[in-house]
Amino acid sequence: MIGISGIVSKIADKYQRDRDMLIQILLDVQSGLGWLPKEVLTEVSKQLGVPLTRVYQVATYYKAFSLAPRGRHLVRICMGTACQVRGSPLIRDRVQLLLGIAPGETAPDMKYTLETVNCLGCCAMGPMVEIDGVAHGPLTVSNVGEILEKYK
Amino acid sequence: MPRINSPTELEKLREEIKLKREPGKPCITISSGTCGHARGSEEVIAAFEKEIKSQGLEEEIDIKITGCLGFCQREPIVLIHPEEICYLEVKPEDAAEIVQSVKEKKIIERLLYTDPKTGEKIKHDSDIPFYKSQQRNILGSNKWIDSRSIEDYLYIGGYSALSKALSQMTPDQVLEEIKKANLRGRGGGGFPTGRKWEETKNAPGEPKYVIVNCDEGDPGAYMDRSLMEGNPHSVIEGLIIGAYAIGSHEGFVYVRQEYPLAVENLNIALKQAEEYGFLGENILNSGFDFRIKVHRGAGAFVSGESSALMTAIEGKVGEPRMKYVHMSQRGYKEKPSCLNNVETWATVPFIINKGSDWFNSIGTEGSKGTKIFSLVGKVNNTGLVEVPMGMTLRQIIYDIGGGIPKGRKFKGVQTGGPSGGIIPEQYLDTPIDFDELTQIGSMMGSGGMIVMDEDTCMVDMARYFINFCCEESCGKCIPCREGLRMLLEILTDVCEGKGKEEELQTLEDIAEVMKDASLCALGTTAANPVLTTLRYFRDEYEAHIKDKRCPAKVCKNLITYYIDPEKCQACMICLRNCPTGAIQGGKNLVHWIEQDKCIKCGICYQVCPERFNAVEKLSGEPVPAPVPGREVTRKKE
Repeated sequence: MIGISGIVSKIADKYQRDRDMLIQILLDVQSGLGWLPKEVLTEVSKQLGVPLTRVYQVATYYKAFSLAPRGRHLVRICMGTACQVRGSPLIRDRVQLLLGIAPGETAPDMKYTLETVNCLGCCAMGPMVEIDGVAHGPLTVSNVGEILEKYK
Repeated sequence: MPRINSPTELEKLREEIKLKREPGKPCITISSGTCGHARGSEEVIAAFEKEIKSQGLEEEIDIKITGCLGFCQREPIVLIHPEEICYLEVKPEDAAEIVQSVKEKKIIERLLYTDPKTGEKIKHDSDIPFYKSQQRNILGSNKWIDSRSIEDYLYIGGYSALSKALSQMTPDQVLEEIKKANLRGRGGGGFPTGRKWEETKNAPGEPKYVIVNCDEGDPGAYMDRSLMEGNPHSVIEGLIIGAYAIGSHEGFVYVRQEYPLAVENLNIALKQAEEYGFLGENILNSGFDFRIKVHRGAGAFVSGESSALMTAIEGKVGEPRMKYVHMSQRGYKEKPSCLNNVETWATVPFIINKGSDWFNSIGTEGSKGTKIFSLVGKVNNTGLVEVPMGMTLRQIIYDIGGGIPKGRKFKGVQTGGPSGGIIPEQYLDTPIDFDELTQIGSMMGSGGMIVMDEDTCMVDMARYFINFCCEESCGKCIPCREGLRMLLEILTDVCEGKGKEEELQTLEDIAEVMKDASLCALGTTAANPVLTTLRYFRDEYEAHIKDKRCPAKVCKNLITYYIDPEKCQACMICLRNCPTGAIQGGKNLVHWIEQDKCIKCGICYQVCPERFNAVEKLSGEPVPAPVPGREVTRKKE
């Protein structure tokens, strides 16, 4: 069993423990764990010799990082301009109502995490949502429920 | 693969690749960029592979998987070579029929493009109106190459510009050619690329760095993603040529992590380029060394700003800094750094190969060459469009884009992302280039072009952009951080019907301060959407404030959903779908909305069958009182 320090160490080695690669290292750790627990940040700080404050600063500044556990399914609603003019706010409200959580929140049963994202570049199929990396669209307030249903 | 050590060896390899290929051999090309994926291209590919295998046709028919072909509205697109037959919106179940038709050299009419005006079926992609008026210089290669095959890129002449630059030109000559071409940066500002290169080259300090900006943050723009996914070698080749001209030996590509396929294809391409000797030491025996590192952006819009991007590459928080000293003087690690956008770099090999005269022959006086636009929003043919600078908005939106869906009326087109503006109908005939767009209050930006129709509320759009920038502002300087909040507050009030007339002046005042006093381009341009909508759509602001009416019927607080009793056929669909049980009535009884319970989610409006069209949105007018228990008047068939 590899502990947190092992995971961090392996990824840090991949980047030759280059401090400039802090963001890349955090991204890699997160893609494995799904989020960044406090222990990870401490470990990264220790292993790279970067002050913990700076690790926290980076981890809280960039939107991709999550300092709280995420649900089993990551629902990301695109709020790009093209989706916006095609009605994404109504979709967001609908999803919020269906899942009972607001963007940025995770359901208490850890089933879903809801996020909004600025543009996924799939403007032709807007309004769209990306669930666990798979894009769905064009959405209507009535079909979005069926799509969410598929993710148990 | 053995390393290529000289221009001669490169040409020899190219000849070998050409000899291996059979130009007349049938090839089924399937577009599979991110938009293709989203529309099921992977299933289509699997179906073709299965079909070809089961029929034992592996030797007779090739399959090629390419990046985005631009006509995203109709993805997945399948092209049959060598005849160049174009099938649109292909489904996995069409695979067998297509394979059969390729064998028999037949055409499947039903999968061809139908001209909406003439009803005529169009066989070749180049004849489809969407592609016909385009000049796809940069994007055009996408359809010929498997984005993960360096051989495909070499087959169409890839790395010949690099070879030419390294073996026949001095760095100064390369720089001179780019300067003469009058290439302007494709990422937003339109700064002359040659001048940027020259400043970096002449700046004191070593080492020098070159950087690709693929942090395409503008919502609604995705040409960089398409290039990076579909033809990463063209960007890499451009970057190496630039590095050679500038005298840099280390480069970076900063790419959004929201584009996983672009990151993946880029990494594959970099590995190949190293193996073939286009990267590394003594490239093509020229004595020139160059390496590239990839950095993924972790989701911060402002990190696309040049100074912020460079701090992000240093592994720090990507905040911008004052630019009284240019990045070309002191950028990454305080060293001279040259940052260009993906499209700019991808244009470089073309200029080196075809010459600056060729480039100058395209475009307008002040803006040369072609530009890629992402034509999205309320337009029939959504997609990536590459046209010569100087084409009018009308040509792009109507001739290429096929106009506005459902016969709705055009209202405006937003260019330049959150820093740009919304351009009204009266400017549709403006030839677009960097300077013309700035003159009418918007900007080129990276080429996002979001079309809006009469159902788009301009105040709501302004609020949307301000909200966007408000969330993305790094908060370092006060005019941007606080100004945006103030703007958002006022605009939200207007959208909610709580706006005051005198506040329109306040909006303009704040915008002015932000323009003058913000630290970086995000702040100085953030108010543009407000300023342009105030300038061109002031009547909409006034309707919200004075009449408490949203003319486009978008702003929730100012609209009411209403079921027209004359039209309602009591089909029960809206009643069953209403999440709050606000719809009353029943079988054979006209439905009506209990307004207190209505949360304005819009479901009833969307589910009401088109043939009834009974649910309406009202704004600024009294809602007729419902008549509970009224029996339905059946429509005569």
